[in-house]
Amino acid sequence: MRRAPADSERSQKLVTRRGLLLGGAQLAFAGVLGARLHYMQVDQAETYRLLADKNRINIRLLPPARGLIHDRKGVLLAGNEQNYRIVMVRENADDPEAVLERLAQLIELSPEARADALAEMKRRSPFVPVTIADRVSWEEVAAVAVNLPVLPGVTPEVGLSRFYPLGRDFAHVVGYVGPVSDYDLKRIDDPDPLLQIPRFQIGKTGVEAHYEPQLRGHAGTLRVEVNAVGRVMRELDRKEGEPGAELQLTVNHALQNFCEARLAGESAAAVVLDPRNGDILAMASSPSFDPNKFVRGISSKDFKALLDDPYRPLPNKASQGLYPPGSTVKMVTALAALEAGLVAPDETVTCNGYVEVSNRRFHCWKRGGHGKVDLVRSLRESCDVYYYEVSQKVGIEKIADMARRLGLGEAHDVGLGNVARGVVPSREWKRRVRGADWLIGDTLNAAIGQGYVLASPLQLAVMTARIATGNVVTPRLVRAIDGVEQPARSDRPLELDPDNLAVVRQGMFEVVNAPHGTAGASRVVADGIRMAGKTGTSQVRNITAAERARGVTSNEDLPWERRDHALFVAYAPHDNPEVAVAVVVEHGGGGSHTAAPVARDVLLAALYDGVPPLSAYPPSQRETIRHRFEGLDLRPALAPSQGRGQA
Amino acid sequence: MTFLEYKVTWTPTGPVKLLYFNWALAVLLAAVASYGFVMLYSVAGGDLSRWAEPQMKRFAVGFVAMIGIGLVPIWFWRNVSALAYFLSLALLVGVELFGSTGMGAQRWIDLGPIRLQPSELAKITLIMMLAAYYDWLDIDKVSRPLWVAVPVVLILLPTALTVIQPDLGTAILLMAGGAVMMWLAGVHILYFVVVGLAGAGAVAAVFLSRGTPWQLLKDYQYRRIDTFLDPSSDPLGAGYHITQSKIALGSGGWTGRGFMEGTQSRLNFLPEKQTDFIFTTLAEEFGFIGAGSLLLLYVGIIVLCVISASRNPSRYGALLTLGIAATFFFFFAVNMSMVMGLAPVVGVPLPLVSYGGSAMLILMIGFGLVQSAHVHRPRSK
Repeated sequence: MRRAPADSERSQKLVTRRGLLLGGAQLAFAGVLGARLHYMQVDQAETYRLLADKNRINIRLLPPARGLIHDRKGVLLAGNEQNYRIVMVRENADDPEAVLERLAQLIELSPEARADALAEMKRRSPFVPVTIADRVSWEEVAAVAVNLPVLPGVTPEVGLSRFYPLGRDFAHVVGYVGPVSDYDLKRIDDPDPLLQIPRFQIGKTGVEAHYEPQLRGHAGTLRVEVNAVGRVMRELDRKEGEPGAELQLTVNHALQNFCEARLAGESAAAVVLDPRNGDILAMASSPSFDPNKFVRGISSKDFKALLDDPYRPLPNKASQGLYPPGSTVKMVTALAALEAGLVAPDETVTCNGYVEVSNRRFHCWKRGGHGKVDLVRSLRESCDVYYYEVSQKVGIEKIADMARRLGLGEAHDVGLGNVARGVVPSREWKRRVRGADWLIGDTLNAAIGQGYVLASPLQLAVMTARIATGNVVTPRLVRAIDGVEQPARSDRPLELDPDNLAVVRQGMFEVVNAPHGTAGASRVVADGIRMAGKTGTSQVRNITAAERARGVTSNEDLPWERRDHALFVAYAPHDNPEVAVAVVVEHGGGGSHTAAPVARDVLLAALYDGVPPLSAYPPSQRETIRHRFEGLDLRPALAPSQGRGQA
Repeated sequence: MTFLEYKVTWTPTGPVKLLYFNWALAVLLAAVASYGFVMLYSVAGGDLSRWAEPQMKRFAVGFVAMIGIGLVPIWFWRNVSALAYFLSLALLVGVELFGSTGMGAQRWIDLGPIRLQPSELAKITLIMMLAAYYDWLDIDKVSRPLWVAVPVVLILLPTALTVIQPDLGTAILLMAGGAVMMWLAGVHILYFVVVGLAGAGAVAAVFLSRGTPWQLLKDYQYRRIDTFLDPSSDPLGAGYHITQSKIALGSGGWTGRGFMEGTQSRLNFLPEKQTDFIFTTLAEEFGFIGAGSLLLLYVGIIVLCVISASRNPSRYGALLTLGIAATFFFFFAVNMSMVMGLAPVVGVPLPLVSYGGSAMLILMIGFGLVQSAHVHRPRSK
């Protein structure tokens, strides 16, 4: 097209002018870009570099090995066993469904478990390993391992899990571990990142729970370089965790096993103490359960069975169970009276079978009465009327004070999570808790261990040990943590008059060893060893006037849950106490009949460190005892396992 | 035309033309492309054959095409401008009907060995068409409404076809390129003011339409705008790209983390690291020195084009040169703004560096036209 040159010139000028303008604008914007680049790369470099490092380094936790728990002889009570699990990575399995199908032919894998695993794999990123089966046997692992070529994405892995080699024996003392629950996370204020690991196991009951911080150990860390989607590209460095502390308990596994076996079939508890240092040699609660089931994830059916059992296997009756101590607290009342100087040992009370106080009759267990009773006889024959009379003189405050000095009403800190405090009633207590004034009848009931008084077998054992030694015996369950001996604080004197203690001990000696003693049938005749003790029978029902009129119905005729609790506390040898024991048999009937024989067997087993010889028993009983021992389901004594070995 | 007014001009002919090529421009283009080869080698984890080698071959083909196109007289190109424009429109329609879908958008036609992206082609042919139009149009008529309406339609046709693909990034570049051409041709400034206001109204309409049945953009495009406005709102979701890109870029420092040492790109924190986000890797591995020098090379290319245009008495040649330069500018400006968090993430590659055959070839064709205009400009004797 032809165009006038002037035109052309004008056009060119215009283009040039606007072109330069445009070029200028572009340069200006490029300048902005350059400035921004400089700002980000030079001025802000530090910030971004930090962010970049955070981006690529991911810290993974390596769970530490949980601390081992041994008994006083070094026998393993709680260890860690290797367990095998099968994990699967979705992205490596071409067809996860088909792979699971094939896997199900090799290992036990229910259709539900397969569906769960598939759902879990779909929910998570494709490279996240998902546990298909936990605790598979070595045979199954081997079967999977040889078939790996046809199982893409599947790998067997090894991990540690808690194992209790002695099973039921220490279910209550050692307790068990279980996966961290939401409830746990809410309850405990613990920032330990280990708790965030899915399926991480922490102590739920017993020593496992109480010493959780020591047993858990410290997490190791694995620093890995990851990409944007979290896939591990390589390991940067690895810091192994610190395993948890090793615990040595004061218990003796063989004695514990003997106690459990001896209590089998009963709903009962026994505590065996060494009064010289407070060591808890055994603490049994029957019936028991297998803690390993809880570690593996107990089925709801099994758990329901445990919950519904009328013998209540789950709680530790030895430390949590509270019972009216019955006549076993008569020593408390006696000592309170003697220490107050209100009663002399040879002062007598006439027992006619009952006393009448504020228009109420308080009966002695012996309906015809004991006649003239002094202190030693009151213990030997367990005369209630004697204590009704004495307690009125002494008053509840002094009795309560003595009860506390002897370890009742105190939650002994033995390293178990749940230790019951019990009840030592007083005027102040009744006003506070019951909102009512103290009545004189309450004093009478408390004096013979009925009414408001509640104590656990552990407290009764401590009381017995304190009376036996005259020292403030403080129970101890953990002997050493990581080899560091825990202090035994049992040598502080009670500061009771030795003469008063001697009188009470004489009473307890005669309970077992004198004619008319309530536990005469349970005496020990071994050379140099004599047992001292006290029976107790605590009512779980009120005896009605009608019942009393036609004669109290014998325990055997009552349904189990309405029978009396049978109690017995004892120590031996009587002149140089080495063992103190408390036994409670729930609804066992009379203390002398049911609890005392158990206490004697347990006490002798502790003294002889094994099944007691028949020679320790009165000749007439030896045949029965032999039969009884043959019927016990005992485990042979175990050799100590030292070090950190596997169970 | 009188004798006195007659100016004697000439243009080189034959192989001598090669001497009159804008070789400085060619060198800068090769330098930019070399940045691309190095980075593609790096993001492939030291694998030459994955991206770098195909890219080198494409650049070689593109470079030869540039020279070939540069040797053809500019008036030939002016005469085929309208044909090229309507051909690319036909291809845009074709891609809508027969095209393959990739990355959620219909973008290319498979022609056997090469996949052609007609929307890329349209960027150049639109510039050619508009340059030819204003070369033809009497300069006094440029700002008359009727003569303004014609180029607006010419711009909107390919733009609309690109938007429905949907390829928002290319559509915006087409509009911007067209507007620049109109501005360079001397359209009165008031038109731009009015269009600017209308554009603001359109943006408002886009936002107001969100969530209504007549929603103008796709959901993902809205999300991209959202995350552009506040990337930290969703650092692991839609804002992820921007956040990670900024981290990679910023962590480069002065000298960078070193060749093949960029942790962000190495570990796949960066999306589309070989295409749209390749600048981030460059900035991470070579730091401000590497990234800034690339920016300078780009600026150099723009400057060379502006100089060439300002010396070109041919209206078509000058308009074409500036239009191509502006298109090129928009490419890198939008891409860099995007990775630096100054603009929303729209699919615009870094010119000559990002992996991709279509864009590379189209740009080299564009620079071939620039060379042709440079070589064949009327020169004083």
